[in-house]
Amino acid sequence: MSYVDYLVRRAIHSVPVIFGLSVLIFLISRVIPGDPVRLALGPEATDQQVAALRAEMGLDQPLPMQYADWLFGVVQGDWGMSLRTNNNVFSDIVARLPATLELTVVTLFFAVLLAIPFGVVAGTNKDRWQDHLSRITALFGVSMPRFWVAIVLQIVFVVSLGLLPLSGRLSDGVAPPPAVTRLYLVDSLIAGQFGTFLDAATHLLLPTVALGLATLAQVMRLIRSDMIDEQRKDYVLAARAYGLPNTLIEYKYMLQNAFTSSLTVVGLAFGFLLGNAFLVEIVFAWPGMARYGVQAILYQDFNAIVGVTIVVGIGFVTANFVVDLLYGYLDPRVRLEEG
Amino acid sequence: MADPILEVKNLHVHFETHDGTAEVINGIDFAIDRGETAALVGETGCGKSVTVKSIMGLLPSATIPEGEIRYKGEDVLSLSDAERHSRRGKEMSMIMQDPMTSLNPVLTVGEQMMDVLKWQGRPRLSLSKLVRDALSTGAKAEHRKRAIEMLGEVEISAPERVFESYPVELSGGMRQRVLIAIALLSEPDLLIADEPGTALDVTTEAKVLDLLDELVEERDTSVLYITHDLGVAREVSDRINVMYAGEIVEQAPTADLFANPQHPYTRGLLESIPTLSTGIGDGIEGHLPDYTNPPAGCRFADRCPHAEAACHEAYPYPRQTGADHATACHLFDGLPARERHESLAAERVDIGTAPWLSAGGDTHSGDAPGDISADGGTDQ
Repeated sequence: MSYVDYLVRRAIHSVPVIFGLSVLIFLISRVIPGDPVRLALGPEATDQQVAALRAEMGLDQPLPMQYADWLFGVVQGDWGMSLRTNNNVFSDIVARLPATLELTVVTLFFAVLLAIPFGVVAGTNKDRWQDHLSRITALFGVSMPRFWVAIVLQIVFVVSLGLLPLSGRLSDGVAPPPAVTRLYLVDSLIAGQFGTFLDAATHLLLPTVALGLATLAQVMRLIRSDMIDEQRKDYVLAARAYGLPNTLIEYKYMLQNAFTSSLTVVGLAFGFLLGNAFLVEIVFAWPGMARYGVQAILYQDFNAIVGVTIVVGIGFVTANFVVDLLYGYLDPRVRLEEG
Repeated sequence: MADPILEVKNLHVHFETHDGTAEVINGIDFAIDRGETAALVGETGCGKSVTVKSIMGLLPSATIPEGEIRYKGEDVLSLSDAERHSRRGKEMSMIMQDPMTSLNPVLTVGEQMMDVLKWQGRPRLSLSKLVRDALSTGAKAEHRKRAIEMLGEVEISAPERVFESYPVELSGGMRQRVLIAIALLSEPDLLIADEPGTALDVTTEAKVLDLLDELVEERDTSVLYITHDLGVAREVSDRINVMYAGEIVEQAPTADLFANPQHPYTRGLLESIPTLSTGIGDGIEGHLPDYTNPPAGCRFADRCPHAEAACHEAYPYPRQTGADHATACHLFDGLPARERHESLAAERVDIGTAPWLSAGGDTHSGDAPGDISADGGTDQ
């Protein structure tokens, strides 16, 4: 089976997942306490008014019909009005998603990029000081709540040291770069505005650290333990017996094996980052989707909650699809033995 | 030994464990002549693998309190890590035991062979070499050619296809051939074969062993062959060292050992070989001693049918029982085979002679060729 076959097969596998996800989100949205019609009309509405709006919104139809209508709307970008912003939820999310994506993708990238060498060093120096240091860091990383880390970082680096900006994506007076991807780091580079790039990067730094510390710790510990497992394998002894350099054995031979099992967790970690970003976004006044989601929950903004849930769900599915792609790329057994 | 390529002298290897120091190798001596195939035979856990890993320098957690390992006359234990590294693979290489796990599952056979050709003997990665290799297509094509040629030499019929394959796409026999090819890539002078073929079915194993025999014959490579199977050792080796619990209990040229097996452990091993006429052998009762608290005397005494009380107390130094035959057993008379044991000879324990000898002649039912005096041998 070629890699392309494997990709197609994997892509087909995510279709039922997305379908199941949509059914789930739809059902949850229908069983959530609180009647959207009464909520929309207010406490003074008469029963006739309620029935009329219910019919207008299609809520008197049987559930499967309602689901079909809802799905049709969602696919077309009609995600309903937000009670709070009075905009279409879809355009609200589209406007805010890039900020969240920029934050989570950069966070994941650096978390994994740093977790790899730290994990390898800790794993190949088991029970020496490097390993103990990584263990303490990891314990700190996973046990500190992200919003708390965020506040501490603000106190230290913004209030005390004055090194970094407090919040937002750009400083006052810095215009956003011309929108192409709406990711400021990318757009500013496309436009050649290096000042803006630097400003965006410094704004991104603290939120990234606050959000990514736990992910870094988690992935690092996984890679460490996988590296320790790999060390006992025969192919490692063989490679040593052939006289290959240790660095090559560690970073090419062992890491590729060790990383395939950590990869699944990296995929899930991305989903969790999307979900976990909300507290960090609030602390740093980051104009992203997660903050929008929190406000939607506080205001019982029904359509917005469903919209954010859809996007986070799709994020999870996409991340897992990407993980499958990488998995098949890194480990030939996955694509060769399947089917 | 006339011109040994490898000499192991009084080697001791210890491991620190939670229960104390494990004295896994307790003063072993053996040598391999150039072009010779020597076998190290013993049951699982007797220290064969520790011995070869010590020779290769692949035991970072072990301590070697005493002993010498001389490769081409040079004591490798006194070399720096980098110097030992530069000899690994190039000078002495190793065929791994299990073909299913000894190849990296995520890289193609070709990639693994190319890495060996590119990096063998280098203690560390160098960035400049990485860049140079990436730019030079000539070297790459040459390495590829060499790798495919080597795959052909181990009688793989479609070497180009195997070169591009991942290990998972190959059969066990194929993978074992690949392991042999990798070990021989840079024509080492000493090859350590750690039970190759044991993981394969019998017919495939036989083919692989024949092939290996041919390959080392052509190249005049010296081989240290590790096996638990005396039958295999007889097929492949010129000389056999029988190992028990970290000591070499008997060593002799192969024909001599089979014609005149002396140590009770060797005889037990021979009787354990299943034959068509007598069925599955009896095996040897009991198990290996505790390495953290080894017996003061003979390490085999607990399992030995001929053991006397004295055997548990006195160390059975190897003694010269023939021109080129040494046995570490109190049942045998003879001068100490090693100089360092000369003081022990004065206090020799007399527990009589081996019962099978006093009963008149060799009663061993083996079907060894009768040529006892073959391979006149040289004194140790």
